[in-house]
Amino acid sequence: MDFEKAAFYFFALILVLAALRVITARNPVHSALSLVLAFFTAAALWLLLEAEFLAIALVLVYVGAVMVLFLFVVMMLDINLDRLREGYWDYLVPALVVAGVMVLEMAVILGGRYFSLAQMPKPPAADPDYSNTRALGEVLYTEYVYAFEIAAVILLVAIVAAIGLTLRKRKDNKYQVPSRQISARRANRVRLVSMPSDKGDSGAAS
Amino acid sequence: MEFSIMDLAPAAAEIFLLAAICVILVVDLFVPDERRYLTYGLTQITLVVAALLTAAGIDSAPVYAFSGMFVGDAFSSVLKVGVCLTVAIGLVYSRSYLEPRGMYRGEYFVLALFATLGMMVMISANHFLALYLGLELLSLSLYAMVALARDSARSTEAAMKYFVLGALASGMLLYGMSMVYGATASLAIGDVIAAVQSGHANSTILKFGLVFIVAGIGFKLGAVPFHMWVPDVYHGAPTAVTLMIGTAPKLAAFAFIVRLLVESLGAEQLVVEWRQMLVLLSVASLVLGNVVAIAQTNLKRLLAYSTISHMGFLLLGVLSGTTEGYSAAMFYVSVYVIMGLGAFGMILLMSRKGYEAEELEDLKGLNQRHPWYAFVMLIIMFSMAGIPPTVGFWAKLSVLQAVISIGYVWLAVVAVLFSLVGAFYYLRVVKLMYFDEPAQREAMQVGVDSGVLMSANGIAVLALGMMPGALLAVCERAVTMSLRVAT
Amino acid sequence: MEWLADMIGTPAAVTLWTLAKIVAIVIVVTLCVAYLTLAERKVIGYMQLRLGPNRVGPKGLFQPFADVLKLLVKEVIVPTGANKFLFITAPVLSLMPALAAWAVVPFTDGAVVSNIDAGILYVLAITSMGVYGVIVAGWASNSKYAFLGAMRSAAQIVAYEIAMGFALVCVLMMSGSLNLSVIVDAQRTDLGVLGWNLIPLFPMFVVYFISAVAETNRAPFDVAEGESEIVAGFHVEYSGTAFAVFFLAEYANMILVSALAALMFLGGWLSPVPGLPDGFPWFAAKIAFLLFCFLWFRATFPRYRYDQIMRLGWKVFIPLTIVWLLLIGILMRMSWWPW
Repeated sequence: MDFEKAAFYFFALILVLAALRVITARNPVHSALSLVLAFFTAAALWLLLEAEFLAIALVLVYVGAVMVLFLFVVMMLDINLDRLREGYWDYLVPALVVAGVMVLEMAVILGGRYFSLAQMPKPPAADPDYSNTRALGEVLYTEYVYAFEIAAVILLVAIVAAIGLTLRKRKDNKYQVPSRQISARRANRVRLVSMPSDKGDSGAAS
Repeated sequence: MEFSIMDLAPAAAEIFLLAAICVILVVDLFVPDERRYLTYGLTQITLVVAALLTAAGIDSAPVYAFSGMFVGDAFSSVLKVGVCLTVAIGLVYSRSYLEPRGMYRGEYFVLALFATLGMMVMISANHFLALYLGLELLSLSLYAMVALARDSARSTEAAMKYFVLGALASGMLLYGMSMVYGATASLAIGDVIAAVQSGHANSTILKFGLVFIVAGIGFKLGAVPFHMWVPDVYHGAPTAVTLMIGTAPKLAAFAFIVRLLVESLGAEQLVVEWRQMLVLLSVASLVLGNVVAIAQTNLKRLLAYSTISHMGFLLLGVLSGTTEGYSAAMFYVSVYVIMGLGAFGMILLMSRKGYEAEELEDLKGLNQRHPWYAFVMLIIMFSMAGIPPTVGFWAKLSVLQAVISIGYVWLAVVAVLFSLVGAFYYLRVVKLMYFDEPAQREAMQVGVDSGVLMSANGIAVLALGMMPGALLAVCERAVTMSLRVAT
Repeated sequence: MEWLADMIGTPAAVTLWTLAKIVAIVIVVTLCVAYLTLAERKVIGYMQLRLGPNRVGPKGLFQPFADVLKLLVKEVIVPTGANKFLFITAPVLSLMPALAAWAVVPFTDGAVVSNIDAGILYVLAITSMGVYGVIVAGWASNSKYAFLGAMRSAAQIVAYEIAMGFALVCVLMMSGSLNLSVIVDAQRTDLGVLGWNLIPLFPMFVVYFISAVAETNRAPFDVAEGESEIVAGFHVEYSGTAFAVFFLAEYANMILVSALAALMFLGGWLSPVPGLPDGFPWFAAKIAFLLFCFLWFRATFPRYRYDQIMRLGWKVFIPLTIVWLLLIGILMRMSWWPW
């Protein structure tokens, strides 16, 4: 077994175990952390496929940002585990059936005739100068710019919707206006008054 | 490849709309609450200008932009003009409803414009990616609009259901599209159909993909057995949003079906496949929609079930697989949108602060309170039931003709039978308005703008019924001029 | 390296050689951390007209070793109800990224462990994982103060990461590459300091450096520790070696962000004066200067209030970077760019 294969099986094993931990862990924080591990190992697998830009983007976006917020929420929520587990056994059978059907479908499509390794030959390895960051950038901003822009608009909708749905202005809210704070001058706040000093009994005063 | 700014000209309306949305978003930030009409006015101007810009391309042969992801043709121009005007009219009706309910906010209008943009993208899509992204843009805006009545538990629940089921539907669509991609190695509509027709594409995978795509379409359209969300969402959403969901998106959904099923998967061997599936969906929708509607006491729920049955009719036109069928379906969906505007608009007009006129009871004796609006509602109900001389009759007739022309007489008989059943509950509305004593005697307070539009809406239903030729001709022309129908 | 390859075969030699480079970097970084702590105490001491540590060794030069020894022999206390596994893992999680990111940092022309193409992205991705150490430590400690510190730190790091990323995007627009060596080479002109990214991107350099201070939880953005409010924040329950590892991670991160700033804005190993030879000493000097700024800030500024930190990140830096990005894009497109 060459190095690449060994690495693949190593990462694949960790990925599967982490994914299993996500759904079997009793503690939601452990589940979330396992998911982080799963993402990270998935990124490693993508690296093996020479998709380094996507792999790094996966770590940057999912591990570095999305999961942090996710963990944030999971830690803040007081999740009642017992209520979550209620009806576990009731749902198990239908869930298994659905999962079984999905596995079967995947097997029909992917296995054997249509998408097997023989049908889908391994693409030639990229030459060392090939940068898939550059390649992705070039397609994204030329051929797929329309889809790219619409995706950006969808994100804008998400921002507008999130703010529209959650931002409540409290009337009794007091907040500072930094520009006014900065523009305050000494003359507005302090008045220097020259007082005639008390001569003589300075020690006895006060 | 040299790029010139004129390459983007076919998408001028979309680009203008997006730019205008961004401007409105910023302007709204600086508008105090009592001047919110500025946002409203800008929104209306934007919609009208977008409609005008689109209308400019109504006669052109298909033009492509954005590396062939976007297509501008007569078909898309007609539908896009329809979408812009429908949204604009819907907003006029909604205005007096939104104000007392704390929804007269910039976000509402911006989201409505985003939804419009999504619909336009869907209608003009020439690529699976654009289709899907347009759909998501539309759906996300609509989910948010449903939830915008933040303090209403019912709206929040409706939004949640809509969101979860919508996401499921999107998942199915994507799964189906990915299989089509697997079989044809392309996502561009023209390439997909070429690959299918060449016979090299694997038909098993294509059929698998087709099943998922049809299921996804069924979900989005609200056809039985994927209709579960329709009554709850129509009922739970604020009426203004129900109007938004129930009208313009149907035009976009029709274009979506045409682009997906007809233009990309319209090869002979696949038409046979999806025709069977659509027959099932259509019959089930006709039966369930019409029968269950009888038991409803809530006007919005009733109209929801009525929508389901109308979608059944729409599918009849599509499943015929002929050019006549597609133009009949286009005619049907346009007519449905005009009727839907009237029906939901009427609920909005009857509502007041703290009072939702959404129960059937609320319609009692409308004739005594306001005979003119009772008459308008009567015309709309007649039209929905398909009673001549309203335009609803011609819509049903043209669809049925298309079905009969491919030899599915039994299907036409089923459709007629169940629209007779449906006539029962539409006529019950009429009976409530004309022959029952009103529960309350307060006069309706209707603004001039919405009153005039509502009257025009009712007259249009009647006038189009007298002279359906013009609209029918527009639909036929749009379909024959632009659709690349496989033969 | 050739003699090694002859002895044990090429693949094994490559692995060994890489390992050797890694070990060398780790040792050097650790030593730098040790003396950075001494420098911190000395610098702040002089700024406050004190002497700082001066008892262990000549002028207190062996003080860091005494500190390390002390921390190593102390007991690691695991609080009751803490999640033991995560409690122990957390310091490792925070140290790992601070060291792993050095893999792509070039010290001088060609002296880099792994000269990968997407260098900046790798650094961003790896350093973005450092926040897990803080969050996990705060959560696993089963302590209110620790948890509060973790939450503050997470929100702060996420906020400033965006501004930092955008600032770096400006840099890579200028140089047209994600590779750190290429970025340094792109700053090589006959004009010395005038060719550096510092000049055209000065606002971005400021944003980057302030964000770097916030990212590393250093004063004046050290609310995650906030001695006066939440005692010591996320590592309040840590002691002994576990605490030492957190300490190590914080200072290693400081050195790392300084090195990155030096590479991206200050021309890395390039000489500031035309005519003088380029080389590693320049790079080291630039890092040292930036680290001195870190210490200087700490001695000078009072701690920011938490809402002010958030405001600065979201409402000032992010819009500023986006505007600058746009500006640079337009300038480059129109070829009005003097550089």
